[in-house]
Amino acid sequence: MTKSKNEFIIEKGLLITALSSIVIIALIIIFIFIEGLPAMESYGPINFIFGLDWSPSDNQFGVFPMIIGSLGITALSLLMAVPLGLFCAMFLAEVAPNSMRKILKPTIQTLAGIPSVVYGFFGLIILVPIMREQFGGTGFSMLTASIILTVMILPIIISVSEDALRSVPHEYKEASLALGATHWQTIKNVIFPAAIPGIITSIILGMGRAIGETLAIIMVAGNVVQIPHSIFDPVRALTSNIAIEMGYATGIHYNALFATGIVLFLMIIILLIFANYLHYKKKVTIGGGYL
Amino acid sequence: MAFRIISPKNVQMIMKAIFWAAGITTIVILLIIIGYVLFKGLPVINLDFLFSEPIDSGRSGGIFPMIISSAYVTLIALLVAAPLGVGAAVYLAEYSGETTAVKIIRFGAETLASIPSIVFGLFGLAFFVIYLGMGWSVLSGGLTLALMALPTILAASEVSIESVNKSYSEGSLALGATKWQTVYQVVIPAALPGITTGVILGMARAIAEAAAILYTVGAALAIPISLLDPARPLPLHLYIIATEGISMENAYGTAAVLVILILVITITTNTLLDRYTKKMMGR
Amino acid sequence: MEYRIEVENLNVYFDELRVLKDVNIKIRKNIVTALIGPSGCGKSTFIRILNRMNDLIDTFRMDGGVLLDGEDIYDPKVDVVDLRKRVGMVFQKPNPFPKSVFDNVAYGLRVHGLTDKDALGERVEESLKAAALWDEVKDKLDKSALGLSGGQQQRLCIARTIAVEPEVILMDEPCSALDPISTTKIEDLIHKLKKEYTIIIVTHNMQQATRVSKYTAFFLHGEIIESGTTDQIFVEPRDKRTEDYITGRFG
Ligand SMILES: Nc1ncnc2c1ncn2[C@@H]1O[C@H](COP(=O)(O)OP(=O)(O)OP(=O)(O)O)[C@@H](O)[C@H]1O
Ligand SMILES: [Mg+2]
Repeated sequence: MTKSKNEFIIEKGLLITALSSIVIIALIIIFIFIEGLPAMESYGPINFIFGLDWSPSDNQFGVFPMIIGSLGITALSLLMAVPLGLFCAMFLAEVAPNSMRKILKPTIQTLAGIPSVVYGFFGLIILVPIMREQFGGTGFSMLTASIILTVMILPIIISVSEDALRSVPHEYKEASLALGATHWQTIKNVIFPAAIPGIITSIILGMGRAIGETLAIIMVAGNVVQIPHSIFDPVRALTSNIAIEMGYATGIHYNALFATGIVLFLMIIILLIFANYLHYKKKVTIGGGYL
Repeated sequence: MAFRIISPKNVQMIMKAIFWAAGITTIVILLIIIGYVLFKGLPVINLDFLFSEPIDSGRSGGIFPMIISSAYVTLIALLVAAPLGVGAAVYLAEYSGETTAVKIIRFGAETLASIPSIVFGLFGLAFFVIYLGMGWSVLSGGLTLALMALPTILAASEVSIESVNKSYSEGSLALGATKWQTVYQVVIPAALPGITTGVILGMARAIAEAAAILYTVGAALAIPISLLDPARPLPLHLYIIATEGISMENAYGTAAVLVILILVITITTNTLLDRYTKKMMGR
Repeated sequence: MEYRIEVENLNVYFDELRVLKDVNIKIRKNIVTALIGPSGCGKSTFIRILNRMNDLIDTFRMDGGVLLDGEDIYDPKVDVVDLRKRVGMVFQKPNPFPKSVFDNVAYGLRVHGLTDKDALGERVEESLKAAALWDEVKDKLDKSALGLSGGQQQRLCIARTIAVEPEVILMDEPCSALDPISTTKIEDLIHKLKKEYTIIIVTHNMQQATRVSKYTAFFLHGEIIESGTTDQIFVEPRDKRTEDYITGRFG
């Protein structure tokens, strides 16, 4: 019976690989919290999250401006990426001739694959000077970061929405067209509503990616800790805060950066729970499908 | 009949124009970014740039150690993440029912896929660098990247294994093949295009990543030899020399190398997958 | 022993649904037995009992005895993998693996431990010849099997099955996805194979049942209404329901 013994060993081995994700997640949570909680405790979780001052040399650790920074950049980039992405997805799923699709698909794959540092670099070299000339100031701003992020989250929004649009049963469309509706009316009234769960999922995924992006934002956002008064003000994101200061942080400052990580982690978990609630089973393709 | 300013037909025309505009905008964005980076970067790239060491912390000289560093950490990441990811995918798709345990595993993988890279970086710093004492090294960096690549590989593999026609495994089992023989010799080969895509996506993610290795791999300019040597992969190098204003010219060159790498990966994968699928389907 | 398979008081359930009810049947050696009956009456379920393919379904439960050569195949000591090697199966839709023609036939041999190249080549050729496919594929052994026509694919599946030398071959509507010419070829093949193998074939085609089988069993709503020689069933059915069915007065 060596055959069945083999089978047993293989099954258990595979089970162990399957459990690795859980183990890793558990380790990440444990280590981030072990390092981060001391700062939250000594500074007070409320003060930490809603405090307006971040000044490590004075032991001031309030991340509220960074939360606003992250959310502001994310909201602004969604404002630009969602309409463009959705129209592009509808174009791909419904309108584009085959030749056009053959160009657009690899385009989206490539956009998804370009390293975020390259986007940041491009922003730094091209976009920041343009913004400076057009709107004054330094050119490093919430808006600049949002424009770069728009390009970065576009592929996820397009590919997941396109997939959702495509999986709407063909009969719906035919039924609508047969009633004399125009193609656009059909898209607007039949196909789009049926694809809503997938489309919202794509937006959540884009949001997650925007909140999590680090270096591209650092390179163009200006990184000043403040609650911005306009979209042309420089801001600092939660992620940037960690990346900028971890290089020299010690003691409670070091812990406070891990605590910043906890805040980020919780924001992502909230998004995930929301996405899970939508229950849309996304396909994984080149071009994204991930937070 | 309600009064309409614009007839549905005209709306249709306008919307069609908007659709086309959206599609073309996306292409133009890519062309501008890639075009600009290549336009500025290609003149910098030559054999000397690719195969020599940086001089004066990257002010001049080449990026050879960075290429080696990138290859090194990516290889480590794949060696760890590919077996774990594919193994887990096989288990989830073929061996488990929809039990609570499986739901937890899947939620774990999804969470892992969603964690921001800088948080991975924090974890890598606390766990690999400090707790396990690996220091700033290719090993710490590579393992951190492995954690990031794992969920990508897992999800893509699981989807493609699940979509393998069930009649294949029935045919194999009916011939008296064991479960594992069936999985290994029939299901996995049929799912190979999808699994390969997953591994390559994971690889692309590892090659492109900088935030996760910012505080795990060090920033050394020398060629890493041992697993415990610090290193400076390409994206990290680009980040450092661009933000510290060390050399814009070398930054262009490095960015162009990264873009070319991603282009090559995307194009070869697409063609290879196409070919494999065609051959398998007997066309 | 005269009988290859003996089924006693077999009941099969999927969840609470009783799909086979007190089925009793004895199947003779080296003879073709046809199973007929309207859609959903449990023919596939029954045939999949014989090589334990139903074990793959989570909700499957059964009781009763199923003996192959006098041994209970549902005995906990029985190795399912060995059993399936002895009881081969050809499916309704041709399902060759996405591998080359050669590898498809060699597959079963390889998983059972045959690695010698020459021996493999010989057995593959033999099996393809036995399945009347050799002449058509001998020049494309290394081409993907999915490039063959439907009828060729089905004969390949038969070749793949006989390569591992089973005692019994189960065929679940093997011709239902094929054109008339391919169907004739498969029927000829069944005639050829019945000398060496015990064959059980499910078919919706009454002519086919009379052409290929010696014995026939008629299923209805999970029960065997009547079984006997094919001549008797088709010429002088004892049960009114059998008569209704074979004369086409029945769903
Ligand atoms: N996996 C399953 N779970 C639940 N019920 C099932 C399952 N497989 C089959 N059944 C039910 O069992 C009954 C018998 O099905 P079976 O496939 O054996 O019929 P059949 O005689 O082969 O029909 P056909 O001629 O259409 O192939 C049907 O009512 C079917 O719905
Ligand atoms: Mg059936």
